[in-house]
Amino acid sequence: MLRIDCPWCGTRDEAEFKYGGDATAKRPPAEGDGAAFYEFVYDRGNPKGWHQEWWHHVAGCRQWLKVVRHTVTHEIRSVAKATDDVTVPPA
Amino acid sequence: MSRYSVFRLFREGLRNQTGWTRAWRDPDPKPAYDVIIIGGGGHGLASAYYLAREHGITNVAVLERGQIGLGNVGRNTTIVRSNYLFPENNLFYEKSLQLWEGLEQDLNFNVMMSQRGVINLYHSDSQRDAYARRGNSMRLNGIDAELLDREQVRALVPVLDFDNARFPIQGGLIQRRGGTARHDAVAWGLARGADRLGVDIIQNCEVTGIRREGDRVVGVETTRGYIAAPKIGIAVAGHTTQVASMAGVRIPIESHLLQAFVSEAVKPVLDHVVTFGAGHFYISQSDKGGLVFGGGLDGYNSFAQRGTLPEAEHVINEGVALMPLLSRLRVLRQWAGVMDMTFDGTPLICKTPVRGLYVNGGWCYGGFKAVPGSGWCFAHTVAKDEPHALNAAMTIERFRDGGMIDEKGAGPFPWLH
Repeated sequence: MLRIDCPWCGTRDEAEFKYGGDATAKRPPAEGDGAAFYEFVYDRGNPKGWHQEWWHHVAGCRQWLKVVRHTVTHEIRSVAKATDDVTVPPA
Repeated sequence: MSRYSVFRLFREGLRNQTGWTRAWRDPDPKPAYDVIIIGGGGHGLASAYYLAREHGITNVAVLERGQIGLGNVGRNTTIVRSNYLFPENNLFYEKSLQLWEGLEQDLNFNVMMSQRGVINLYHSDSQRDAYARRGNSMRLNGIDAELLDREQVRALVPVLDFDNARFPIQGGLIQRRGGTARHDAVAWGLARGADRLGVDIIQNCEVTGIRREGDRVVGVETTRGYIAAPKIGIAVAGHTTQVASMAGVRIPIESHLLQAFVSEAVKPVLDHVVTFGAGHFYISQSDKGGLVFGGGLDGYNSFAQRGTLPEAEHVINEGVALMPLLSRLRVLRQWAGVMDMTFDGTPLICKTPVRGLYVNGGWCYGGFKAVPGSGWCFAHTVAKDEPHALNAAMTIERFRDGGMIDEKGAGPFPWLH
């Protein structure tokens, strides 16, 4: 069971959140070429270690959060607002 | 390493079981091979077996990080079927099922293949129509499928809750040739079969790097030294992206957790494999009497190989809704495997941009049923340096070129397939 420390609501249960995938994927500009969109939609680092990811507090404040979580231990290192820059610890 | 037979069993019974020898050798790696298969799971072992048997390439090494059978080949719910909608999947999985049907004779090993029938339940008119469509698609491709009404399902599986207030059972789609097989036996049988054809199965040998010269591979760095080979096949589902990245290849896959459960043993109550149509839940009963069941993914990227409680609770809720007697049983064991999830729910058996490097992965949570078919197609792809017609669509480029095979229609979200 993950416990996610929402910056707006405090520490809440994983059951209140919906997962939104890799938070490092950046949408290219509309005039971007096919390769850029391929990277945006399909190309993922899939790290075995620290992972930046989106969680939507769907049963809470309904804000999107940027979470840094370890994909082996499931430890959550930080929870930030969607527009915040986050630092990812070395693997 | 002689053949197994009932006479052999009888003779060993008289000799106090002293005549059995190890089922496959434990060789040290040679400096070079014609083909290296990375990963000694079901797919890797099957690939090596069919390389030797179908293509006469016997100078092959299978490199396994740990011991044979401890990865996903020993962590699944053992279901074998070919009841897909799209022809790319249908024909591939049907080839696999046909190989399953002859696997015990081929391998001279009892893999306990049990064609007990797989029933997908439907709970609404629209779901019935969807299953009728799927069944028709299967029959058009020469695969057996039969739409059952409520009373026909009740005659086969009386223990289900047919009058669940929210999801009453209206009927089901049955594939009678589907069923289960003993997962460990498949790994052991394929290891023994490949070994007998001359393949070296090298355990406790982790690949730490892939050596390239220009645009082609030349060998692998391992914990037991450098091993050269002009052709390298990756069959490490769960860690495909990690191993492929050693050669600088990026694969569109995310790794997720899938849990499985076994209850305490009870007398026979369930003769088939049954899937719940109102959620993601599937159940069968093992020969030892335990009910073997599972559900969906835990839902976020993970390599942990252990499940988490919210999904366990969800799966058991579904199980009790389908089969109320489950609420009286205790869960004996629970575990998780790491799933290679692709962006359309369909696997990869293909060449890569690096010459001599091939990938077999992205099995989502359907890898076990594919073991012989996957090995057969991957062996063809590696031996001929081009895919067989059955796996020609299962490429990395399909994502770039718009050729997704999205059976579930879930879109490019690996954790939803």
